[in-house]
Amino acid sequence: MRRTALFDVHSHLGAAFTDFAGWSMPLRYGSDLAEHHTVRESAGLFDLSHMGRIRVSGDPAFLDWALVGRMSAVKVGRAKYTMLCHTTGGVLDDLVVYRLAEREFLVVANAANAAVVRAMLGEHANGYAVRIDEQPGALIAVQGPMALDVLGTGADLPYYGIRPDRLDGREVLLARTGYTGEDGFEIYCSAGDAPAIWEWAAARGARPCGLACRDTLRLEAGMPLYGHELSVRSTPFHAGLGRVVALDKPDFVGAAALRSVAAAGPETLLAGLVTEGRRAPRAGYRVLHEGTDVGVVTSGALSPTLGHPVAMAQVPATLAEPGTKLAVDIRGTRVDAEVVALPFYRRTR
Amino acid sequence: MIPENLRYSRDHEWLTEGSPATVGVTAFAADALGDVVFVELPEPGTLVKAGDPCGEIESTKSVSEVYAPADGEIIEVNVTLSDEPGLINTDPYGAGWLFRLRVTGDPDLLDAAGYTALVS
Repeated sequence: MRRTALFDVHSHLGAAFTDFAGWSMPLRYGSDLAEHHTVRESAGLFDLSHMGRIRVSGDPAFLDWALVGRMSAVKVGRAKYTMLCHTTGGVLDDLVVYRLAEREFLVVANAANAAVVRAMLGEHANGYAVRIDEQPGALIAVQGPMALDVLGTGADLPYYGIRPDRLDGREVLLARTGYTGEDGFEIYCSAGDAPAIWEWAAARGARPCGLACRDTLRLEAGMPLYGHELSVRSTPFHAGLGRVVALDKPDFVGAAALRSVAAAGPETLLAGLVTEGRRAPRAGYRVLHEGTDVGVVTSGALSPTLGHPVAMAQVPATLAEPGTKLAVDIRGTRVDAEVVALPFYRRTR
Repeated sequence: MIPENLRYSRDHEWLTEGSPATVGVTAFAADALGDVVFVELPEPGTLVKAGDPCGEIESTKSVSEVYAPADGEIIEVNVTLSDEPGLINTDPYGAGWLFRLRVTGDPDLLDAAGYTALVS
């Protein structure tokens, strides 16, 4: 099992660990609900060093070809949410790509897909003057309405901005990005500096949070998780994320397939569901419409913030409109569900 | 950590001595579940056989079955858990108890030493 630079820090804090894509990662330190609420109300501290970090140097046209977005249009010091698709249009991973300089990009991939992303970028680079390298180091997130107070810097950094900065005297790349639905920052630093930056942020009021609450936070925020809402068997359009595909680019990997889905419209769509009671629809549960099996739940949980179950599900496009009455088979019991617009939770501050 | 005065099932439940017995889940199991957010328990009067699924414990991440640790009749359930399911995490051997069981026959259970060996 692979360990991040913060493994000993997590052990010392008494974390419960889980195997995540071959990495031993903290699932929770104590109560995952308390960790969830901390991120909504003050500031949580996450180790995300398992995520894939790939440095792409050279011709910006390469990423316009390899990815679905128009990366060459991203300004230096800014980031874009995008995807790597198969030629079939299926999603291989969703990514955040930062432009660090005119000819310098940082591609951040899901841990489980990091090897695939590196391999596919390498394959697509044929004919382009680019270098593709793994970026070593650590990744720490500080998320929540008090994140800015914890860091004491970054107020002038726009959402989806990135810049070199110093935290506690240590050089970092500071990005205003996250996966929780709150304001927050992601800190790219060296492995050697990671424990000191972690302790510094914790001492300034950020509470260590594990992957369990990261999942409920992103679900409430309506954010997709690869392997649940996104897969190689469906396109960005099926996840309601067609906006990330720059269809007007001349050509790119997956263009023909994606243009055809965009023109015809996807047959199924990702929908937000809310249900009564406290039993949550879970990934894999069947979705019913007037008694007929029409779809499948991709993620679901009892929302800690809202107090009722929320779920995302892949359903026929004709049944994805907010207000549509559906049902979910929860372990043999049919529970009424209603389609609602995503996200379930939107921050107000 | 593991109370000496209780009996244990291999499904990580504890029972008090004698009958009726109070039944709950062990701290080991509660820790593994994470924060419990919903508990479904059998109706009082339900007759159960050891190993029968007779309820559910849901945490934020997962759903686990509750198994009857012995043959018998459910005579009372902990109604407080419907409003405060987190008691299973905060006080698994006390206020987080699940139900009381009128035990029939001679159940196959572990003592504290046996359960300690099971989980270590």
